[in-house]
Amino acid sequence: MYPYIPNTKEDEKRMLEAIGLDSIEDLFKDIPESVRLNRELNLKPSMSEMEVARYLTDLAGKNASVNELTCFLGAGAYDHYVPSIIGHIISRSEFLTSYTPYQAEISQGTLQYIFEYQTLICKLTGMDVANASLYDGGTAIAEAAFMAVNQTRRDQVVISKTVNPQAREVLKTYAHLQGIEIIEIEDEGGVTDLEELKKNVTDKTAAVIVQNPNFFGIIEDLEAIEEIAHSQKKTMFITSVDPISLGILKSPGSIGADIVVGEGQPLGISLQFGGPYLGFMATKKAYMRKLPGRIVGQTVDEDGNRAFVLTLQAREQHIRREKATSNICSNQGINTLAATIYLTALGKEGLRELAVQITQKSHYAFNEITKSGKYKPLFDKPFFKEFAVTSDIDPAVINQRLLEEKILGGYPLGKDYPRYKNGILYAVTEKRTKEEIDKLSSVLEGII
Amino acid sequence: MRKYNELIFELSKAGRKAYKLPEADVETLPVEELIPDKYLNKDELDLTEVSEVDIVRHYTNLSNKNFGVDTGFYPLGSCTMKYNPKINENMTGLDGFKNIHPHQPEETVQGALRLMYELDQALCEISGMDKMTLQPAAGAHGELTGLALIKAYHEHRGDTKRTKIIVPDSAHGTNPASAVMAGFDTIEIKSTEEGLVDIESLKAALSDEVAGLMLTNPNTLGLFEREIVEIAKLVHDCGGLVYYDGANANAILGKVRPGDMGFDVVHFNLHKTFSTPHGGGGPGSGPVGVKKKLIDFLPTPTVEKDGDRYYLNYNIPHSVGRMKDFYGHFGVLVRAYTYILTMGRDGLNKVSDIAVLNANYLASRLKDYYNLPEEDTIYKHEFVLAGLKGELSEVTTLDVAKRLLDYGYHPPTVYFPLIVREAIMVEPTETESRETLDEFADALIKIAEEAKENPDMLREAPHNTPVRRVNETQAARNPILKYEG
Repeated sequence: MYPYIPNTKEDEKRMLEAIGLDSIEDLFKDIPESVRLNRELNLKPSMSEMEVARYLTDLAGKNASVNELTCFLGAGAYDHYVPSIIGHIISRSEFLTSYTPYQAEISQGTLQYIFEYQTLICKLTGMDVANASLYDGGTAIAEAAFMAVNQTRRDQVVISKTVNPQAREVLKTYAHLQGIEIIEIEDEGGVTDLEELKKNVTDKTAAVIVQNPNFFGIIEDLEAIEEIAHSQKKTMFITSVDPISLGILKSPGSIGADIVVGEGQPLGISLQFGGPYLGFMATKKAYMRKLPGRIVGQTVDEDGNRAFVLTLQAREQHIRREKATSNICSNQGINTLAATIYLTALGKEGLRELAVQITQKSHYAFNEITKSGKYKPLFDKPFFKEFAVTSDIDPAVINQRLLEEKILGGYPLGKDYPRYKNGILYAVTEKRTKEEIDKLSSVLEGII
Repeated sequence: MRKYNELIFELSKAGRKAYKLPEADVETLPVEELIPDKYLNKDELDLTEVSEVDIVRHYTNLSNKNFGVDTGFYPLGSCTMKYNPKINENMTGLDGFKNIHPHQPEETVQGALRLMYELDQALCEISGMDKMTLQPAAGAHGELTGLALIKAYHEHRGDTKRTKIIVPDSAHGTNPASAVMAGFDTIEIKSTEEGLVDIESLKAALSDEVAGLMLTNPNTLGLFEREIVEIAKLVHDCGGLVYYDGANANAILGKVRPGDMGFDVVHFNLHKTFSTPHGGGGPGSGPVGVKKKLIDFLPTPTVEKDGDRYYLNYNIPHSVGRMKDFYGHFGVLVRAYTYILTMGRDGLNKVSDIAVLNANYLASRLKDYYNLPEEDTIYKHEFVLAGLKGELSEVTTLDVAKRLLDYGYHPPTVYFPLIVREAIMVEPTETESRETLDEFADALIKIAEEAKENPDMLREAPHNTPVRRVNETQAARNPILKYEG
């Protein structure tokens, strides 16, 4: 017997009798003999829970977590503190073990938290409508680009090279499938080169995509970029943002963004070696019916009570098949609940306080690391949470030395930006203490 | 319990807090001195002010308005709503899995990479393929990845006229949507009366413009495509590739492998077959497996082994590129591997035995009351009923589904597949007992009687759910997509 298979031998026998078959094998006699496996799978035999736990705990023990190492790594995934309530609420199995809320009458829990999530994303980004989420920040950029291509019927997308290199790779993979041309704009001193951008935005441009704060942590001049993007009629302005930064920075909506996307991992989602995370997406009301993914709307039930339901489904694959706005069928479900709880818990003052403290801590780290002159700022621009420094030393050597001191060093920029060969990008979240930052800078000092 | 109908925003009260940050231990310069004014938002944030107790009570109350697999029977066709083992959650919550950064040096994440490598190998063995990518985030994303691979394969051979993907009319909606997203045109082929691929329609659709065929086997009617060898051969002979939609793989574990049936590309839904929770819509995970000829096109990075060392391989000669950020839904991969270890080769085989037994047993109990199109067929893991038996035009499948809510069940998938009138698609899975199946069958039989005796009561169902039947038309006509209060 297996713990997850309740039927006994006796049950099997009685069920086979009811069907009118002699054996379990008879259930599979429609599988052609020539392709049947006819042997056991070459896997281990079944194990007890104790044995499985021992084996996997051992594997997990071969990893060094951010609780053992002090994390200054960012570059798209961040070691923020995850409040205790999140784990407890998202583990409730009424949420965790439910499917996509097709049956609204017994899915009001899921539907309502998605509605709350959509509301929070709109409030944060300053946009009119948000969907129920996409896979991650990278695919959200690709989906936004597709949306702009569909909306404008143009097939050229301009993206700044200060957007996360990984996300740009995803965009290129997606774009190739539909023959969309991607034009990348170089950076100038760590920000999008506005002159280059101007030259490349034409009446063929479906969208201009930038990230803010950008991959180097620098705050882009979104107002200037918006003006360039919208100098062409119809061209859509897409920004990818760090949701935590919106605790202090102007919302993209207030600057005139048409589509806002981003990686929601900082909103209470554990690092988990890169996923599952959360791609959020919001837009203006005018583009509502072009949004990919699930959307929840408010309505009433038969008795006139407030109720929630999946809506605008004419955009979706299960209704429109090949005419859908996207093939996406899932959303990030339980992670949207985590983000909802996180934003609710931090709330009006907390998110701001958090963003302020991150700004202060990252600036303190920046000053400490660069003050002796051994490490030079790579750029001289305002930043949030992340900053880049450079030196004569190979980043691999630096990070190895830091690791010996149980510090996870920054992200080496050289492999994505050859011209910043020795650049290292450090991330400083609210979790980093003065003591940890001082240790980082003193170990760094000792290397040169 | 009291009826609960608040939104979190309606609980907000000035001055309440649900957080406390540590005092800043560094110099606390005002943010205006660190970031230029023109970038700063001067307005207050429009977010809630609630206490931690408010939040916990609110979401606990919301959870009480939800139905999960842990609540009860959830026979949603093609969704494989099996029990989600609790040990999976504990394992994915281990510090060494939960709290590792994706950019950490490889020597500090050897356990994670090894887990991915071993999962890759296990899925290859189960599918009969040669190499997997664990990157795809969901089934539909797996489809997109697989189609990107098919495209890259043809492009690499300079065969650029292959712009069409064949999809049977019984296919999941994601299949044609993924094909279009991948830049293909779709050709829909008809099914036979029985619901299988019509070989003649397939032949007529084949040409040197066909890049491939997408097929679910067993298909969405729960029928095994007996002519699969012939089907794969026909597509291969005309230069196309064959894609396996693994949504229904729960029926065939250890019985037959897509790789042996002639499929070139396969995706699995770890959230279906391999027991990871659906999470109210996600996150899922849709690893894709390929035959040798497609390995050089896989997305970067893959996980490889060199001696005792595991590493991420970015050096794939003709890679389609990256399909998503980082390496896939690692937290879901841990759960799925936990399940594979728990069940083992014997247990996985048993999963399909009982999943199929349960489906056929349930079908046999219902066929006198609901239309079972192929009464003498052996179904695989699911079967599709064509509504109630008899002339009951006033009671629809939707009414039956809504009435099931009153009996405490999640209804089956309804109105899909599209080729069956008034479809009720039932997938019980192996994690349900005979008693549960009997009780469910009794409920459906009772509803069939109610349909004759009291059709109005059915049309007004559900009667005892947290909300009554919701007005979808109003939601779509007058979209309210956020709280404006």
